[in-house]
Amino acid sequence: MTEETLRDLIGRVKRGSLSRRGFVKRVAALGLTAPMATQLLAVTGAAPAAAQSVPAYAPARRGGGALRILYWQASTLLNPHFAVGTTNQDSSRVFYEPLAGWATDGTLHPILAAEIPSVENGGLSPDGRSVTWKLKRGVKWHDGQDFSADDVVFTAEYSRNPAVGATTSGSYQGLNVVKVDDHTVRVEFERPTPFWADAFVATAGVIIPRHLFANFNGPNSRDAPTNLRPVGTGAYRFVSFAPGDTLRAEANPNYHLPNRPFFDTVEIKGGGDAVSAARAVLQTADFDYAWNLQVEDEILQRLEATGRGRVNIVEGGNVEFIQLNTTDPNVEVNGERSSITTQHPAFRDPAVRQAMALLVDRESISRFIYGRGGPATPNFLNNPPRFRSPNMRMEFNVARANEILDRAGWARGQGGIRQKDGVRLRFVFQTSVNAPRQRTQQIIRQAAQRAGIEIELKTVTASVFFSSDVANPDTFTKFYADMQMYTTTMTQADPQRFMNQYVSWEISSRANSWQGRNVVRWRNEEYDRIFREAEGELDPVKRAALFIRMNDLIVGSNHIIPIVQRPLVSASLNNLRPVLSAWDSTMWLLSDWWREA
Amino acid sequence: MTSYLIRRLLLMIPSILGISVVLFAVLAMAPGDPFEELATNPAVPPEVRANLRASLGLDDPIHVRYVNWLFAMLRGDWGFSFVSRIPVDDLILQRLPVTIAVIGASQLLALLVALPVGIYAATRPYSIFDQIANTLAFVGFSLPTFFTGLLLILLFSIHLDWFPFVYRTQLDSTGWQWWWDQFRQSIMPVTVLGLFQGAALVRFVRSAVLDVIRLDHVTTARAKGIPERAVITRHVVRNAMIPVVTLVALQMPIIFGGAIVTEQIFRVPGIGSLLISAVLSNDTPVIMAVTFVFACLVILFNLIADLLYGWLDPRISYR
Repeated sequence: MTEETLRDLIGRVKRGSLSRRGFVKRVAALGLTAPMATQLLAVTGAAPAAAQSVPAYAPARRGGGALRILYWQASTLLNPHFAVGTTNQDSSRVFYEPLAGWATDGTLHPILAAEIPSVENGGLSPDGRSVTWKLKRGVKWHDGQDFSADDVVFTAEYSRNPAVGATTSGSYQGLNVVKVDDHTVRVEFERPTPFWADAFVATAGVIIPRHLFANFNGPNSRDAPTNLRPVGTGAYRFVSFAPGDTLRAEANPNYHLPNRPFFDTVEIKGGGDAVSAARAVLQTADFDYAWNLQVEDEILQRLEATGRGRVNIVEGGNVEFIQLNTTDPNVEVNGERSSITTQHPAFRDPAVRQAMALLVDRESISRFIYGRGGPATPNFLNNPPRFRSPNMRMEFNVARANEILDRAGWARGQGGIRQKDGVRLRFVFQTSVNAPRQRTQQIIRQAAQRAGIEIELKTVTASVFFSSDVANPDTFTKFYADMQMYTTTMTQADPQRFMNQYVSWEISSRANSWQGRNVVRWRNEEYDRIFREAEGELDPVKRAALFIRMNDLIVGSNHIIPIVQRPLVSASLNNLRPVLSAWDSTMWLLSDWWREA
Repeated sequence: MTSYLIRRLLLMIPSILGISVVLFAVLAMAPGDPFEELATNPAVPPEVRANLRASLGLDDPIHVRYVNWLFAMLRGDWGFSFVSRIPVDDLILQRLPVTIAVIGASQLLALLVALPVGIYAATRPYSIFDQIANTLAFVGFSLPTFFTGLLLILLFSIHLDWFPFVYRTQLDSTGWQWWWDQFRQSIMPVTVLGLFQGAALVRFVRSAVLDVIRLDHVTTARAKGIPERAVITRHVVRNAMIPVVTLVALQMPIIFGGAIVTEQIFRVPGIGSLLISAVLSNDTPVIMAVTFVFACLVILFNLIADLLYGWLDPRISYR
């Protein structure tokens, strides 16, 4: 299917000569999924964007009692711009709000903005160089002060101030924020920016009150009393906080949306472990909602059988995948292993990589290890649906792997291990300590053995594997092994930041203290070129096509082997109606949570 | 006595310094770093990460960091938690009341069980009661707390649905209802800890009482016609308590350590769970402070045990 056919079809929908249903049918015949088709219509302006992205809010009154939420990791601070990790981002989000959040279908939902900027309403400049946000009027901070454009401008200044050390500063680089009037803010970009919804949107975009943080916009940022006693615009306001234990909030009587919030109080309790958190909701119903249950699906199903609660599964972009090193981890060049100047002796042969991909039994891994928490996938870029490639296939076929290796001249030698020109197919396969990962390693090792490949398994404690410690040889970014496996997270509904993991200037090396995002150290000129192109491409359809091509390039190289998607799994009582999103914090729309009578 | 006390207090200084050096070195050599989540988060630019490391002094050489820490500590500044960005002493003070309440209650429970059972068993050695008490004591201290904890949760929370298994620091109720709720949520962690401690104490009390009960002065007392009850309380138990009191004092720091697992299971926000979460997030200043407090407690209770011993037993003199 070419871009022209698509564009032609969309044009016919816009002119009215083709119904939307007819469009979906036609593109389905061309290999596109229905959600992808509807989203294409939405982003090109041929359909209302946020029609069904957020479930309807039913309650007609407040006073819904207490809402009890259980996190098995406790939050430790409440400044959203210092937040390290989801727990802290989530708990500060109870009080603070951004201009807009991401609904789970990958569309924007206005929160402190009056409307989502678009080319049609004049919010987006056609050249992609600026975006104008209209702010909601009549919004008040919890202490009674008015919310205005000054707060928005200040938030950007605060976050990007290097002396503050904000973890969100990356979202405020290369742009200029201008106050147009008290309720209008313009963000000006240095370059045409198709993905404009980063600053002031979702987790990195929560607005903080200028009048409380202005004196702490510098090295004294951590002394701000508001860091532990938040004052936001959110549906719930602060009551008390014990770091590492409990956070309590109560309904904000002056919230800017009618009939909201539903609950009188919110309590977020932290600590313990995931299994007993699931138990406290599904089995004993002591709590209403339990967050991030990376628990074996078998256990969850057994707990769910009690009938008190249910498991929520929200699909996002996180993917568990294997990397086949492009460089040689066993050769040291100027004191650096896995140096970009070397080539992996075995994986440089495409036949070996193809065989490895055929030896990963994704269906079984998904069915027997991850269950609902990990559907098998052939793609690296899975969501939002408009970016999902229809071209990749997954196959588990030991016979074909053997055939390919035979044909490529890898003959079985001593002990049945294949070799060629003195290179033996013997790999070190590392991952973090985690029960499902160790079981996956075993499955892959057994399949590889049947194809004459010997795999040595290595496991590293998660706190070491995922650390940025330059002195430690076992971190995943150093990649001193032949293969490794982990989950990479996609934090935004736009894939630009997610797909920069394979551009040549992000290659992880000693020169950048192994902070580069391209851990597999793959280089491809076409990929670099189309990534640059996507960075400046304003046409959403063309841009989606570019990202699909990038996915096909990296997955097609077989240097990475996607295994399963990792949707967000949580538990809630049967009568609770939470609004969840894979692209934003759990608490992104806490104002709309309610309980059925 | 006073000169002995001063000498002991002075001797504490080098041991505490030594402990702090060892702790600091071990923590500095341990792998992992507090910005682990930042490393995998693509939204955080490397410069911010580097900036944060520098601002928290993580890039300085280890001896510089140690000297900085020591001088700050001497001034009463316990440092900042990397993770919470608040002073460490605030964090510890927040956790202290719950820890003391739970540990105090469990220690009380242990004594309430161990003293009568141990004494009664010793007065009737090898009777049925003694056999049963012995067996249960063995079972009690052989079962680790994480096992009995889970067992109690399964039985009382999940099957019977009597008690909640998540400990909440701030209960909504007031008045008598508050005490009742507090009792309901504390009973399982306190029982788990208390019975574990009690089991070991029963054995100790029994053997201490047995040692004394065979001595001549007890026989004399009995021969004088003093009622058996008075013999036991005045002449036996009082003497037998000398080693027991020192043991209880020496055990106090161990109980703080033993509470770590229990706190984790029942989500009790005590010092133990603070230590665990700090270890998991590589929050060095908090780990350092908590382990240091534990170390000081050990030294302190050792001193208290020594002083108590002399006070209870006048035959011991300090020189």
